[in-house]
Amino acid sequence: MYIVEVKRAFEIIDHVADVGIVAYGTDVEELFSNAALALFSLITEPESIEEKSHLDLEVSSDGRDRLLVEWLNELIYLFDVEHILFNRFDIKRLTRNELKATCYGEGFDPMKHKIKIGVKAATYHMLKLDKNGDGYKAQIILDI
Amino acid sequence: MARWQEQLIKLDDYRWKIPENYKTGMRVPGLIYASQEMLESICEEQTPEQVANVAFLPGIVGYSFAMPDIHWGYGFPIGGVAAMDIKDGVISPGGVGYDINCGVRLLRTSLSRTEVQPRINQLINELFFNVPSGLGSEGKIKISQKEMNQLIVEGARWAVKRGLGFEEDLDVTEDGGCLAGADPNKISGKAIKRGMPQAGTLGSGNHFLEIQVVKEIFEPHIASIMGITEIGQILVLIHTGSRGFGHEVCTDYLRVMEGAVSKYGIKLPDRQLACAPIESREGRDYLAAMACAANYAWANRQCIAHWVRESFSKVFSNNPDELGMKQIYDVAHNIAKMEEHTIDGRKLKVCVHRKGATRAFSAGHKDVPKCYKEIGQPVLVPGDMGRCSFVAVGTQRAMDESFGSTCHGAGRVLSRGAAKRSTQGRDVAQELESRGITIKAGSFSLLAEEASQAYKDVTEVIEVVHQAGISRKVAMAIPMGVIKG
Repeated sequence: MYIVEVKRAFEIIDHVADVGIVAYGTDVEELFSNAALALFSLITEPESIEEKSHLDLEVSSDGRDRLLVEWLNELIYLFDVEHILFNRFDIKRLTRNELKATCYGEGFDPMKHKIKIGVKAATYHMLKLDKNGDGYKAQIILDI
Repeated sequence: MARWQEQLIKLDDYRWKIPENYKTGMRVPGLIYASQEMLESICEEQTPEQVANVAFLPGIVGYSFAMPDIHWGYGFPIGGVAAMDIKDGVISPGGVGYDINCGVRLLRTSLSRTEVQPRINQLINELFFNVPSGLGSEGKIKISQKEMNQLIVEGARWAVKRGLGFEEDLDVTEDGGCLAGADPNKISGKAIKRGMPQAGTLGSGNHFLEIQVVKEIFEPHIASIMGITEIGQILVLIHTGSRGFGHEVCTDYLRVMEGAVSKYGIKLPDRQLACAPIESREGRDYLAAMACAANYAWANRQCIAHWVRESFSKVFSNNPDELGMKQIYDVAHNIAKMEEHTIDGRKLKVCVHRKGATRAFSAGHKDVPKCYKEIGQPVLVPGDMGRCSFVAVGTQRAMDESFGSTCHGAGRVLSRGAAKRSTQGRDVAQELESRGITIKAGSFSLLAEEASQAYKDVTEVIEVVHQAGISRKVAMAIPMGVIKG
């Protein structure tokens, strides 16, 4: 049976001590971008983030699923240390081991951005990245 | 569920064994401490599968243990204890957890409920102001990279040297608040950057600071040695860990261990159990880095304890000494330690992983502080914010059976989302207030996530470890004022 997938960017899943995301993409680039969007939608209201500045990022790892974990961990780190919130990701280059992206967003402003939860790490637990029909699907559990 | 219930062998009312032949690859059996009632929810979560998975790890001796507060974790269950032979065993960052040395510190006071009640709001406000808390909270101590390097080597002593606390606090802190072997060269620049601004902060999530009232004393003599003498006496409990620093250390070394697993040809049923031989470069590096994070957490709780004393001093216009604000004890809940234990009649050096479990050394043990030699090491078991917390002590049975370990708390039963839904928008803060608990929180949605029904009842948890004999309950306290990040 051929299922026409309604275009979904991501879903949030419940996990006993933590929270997970399921991200979708027509290609791997979109999947990585949607996973990052899901992350920031957990942290704050994505509509409250304006594109005021951008940052070029490079992440490397060994294998595509590990790269996804590294990518999210890099964004978590940037929020924790530099206090930057992003709402758009332009994936410039993506191989099995390397990712280059330009991320758009702005600095955290407590008057403007309501922080919903503190995400502390992306984990390897129950990590999945597979083909899904014509596109891709990934599951990542986050430690909060 | 039925499947698991069939697999488990009942040893007695509080001990359930997972036989070694449950899965090919298990090196030892599993042992779950639980009552019949608790076992049902434990099996529903399929957590015994994780207990069985831990039994695959090279060098594991005795049993793969699960305490009654067990719940599903990453790879290792939370509430898990596993000891590995130093000679041929492995160390696994997943067996410690992300929040390295998440733990609790308990202070006593000579104040009573009636003295504190009229000033509880003022006290909570003062504490909220004085102890940085909340998501992304940054500390009021600004430290340089050089100071950070000293802090992660010295632990709680670093804070005491800066006038934040007393030498005697160190005597009643597990390992004196400093784990040996910490090496800042094994820490990434990212971890340092995450850690520096967060030193001396409570954080958020399940971390809290609680003003408690002693409600019941089960062992008056033991309690009196800890300075717990009266019903109605005020205690202060601090629950926090190594903040973003510990998370970054864990993340960094999970990456290293993923490589080590293939390098050393280790077969694992779950990749989050990634590990390396204790004696390998990767294993030694992680242990040196983990010690840094453990020390960071001890320094953190030391700073906070000092600000708690300052806040009480201000509100009651008296110095901490006059208010009897002594530290009872400080324990780690997430840590791996090199210890000597007797297994099958022979002494063995092992690396004990305690993830959501507490060390519970017996009376007379060399690592129990002098003042507690006669009674055993204090064990601090916090419950959720609406119920109660327990003070217990370690026993000989724990030494003989569970590598001197016991439970650590209540243990989650509901996911954060489910907890929020179960409170159905009810005002959790108001509910607590109506029960005489004053609460101040950085985020109110977080309060719903931490509501009582999200946790197992800690009273049932403590009853199991008490009846099983791996610790002995001494006193119970209820919350009176709570600060959540």
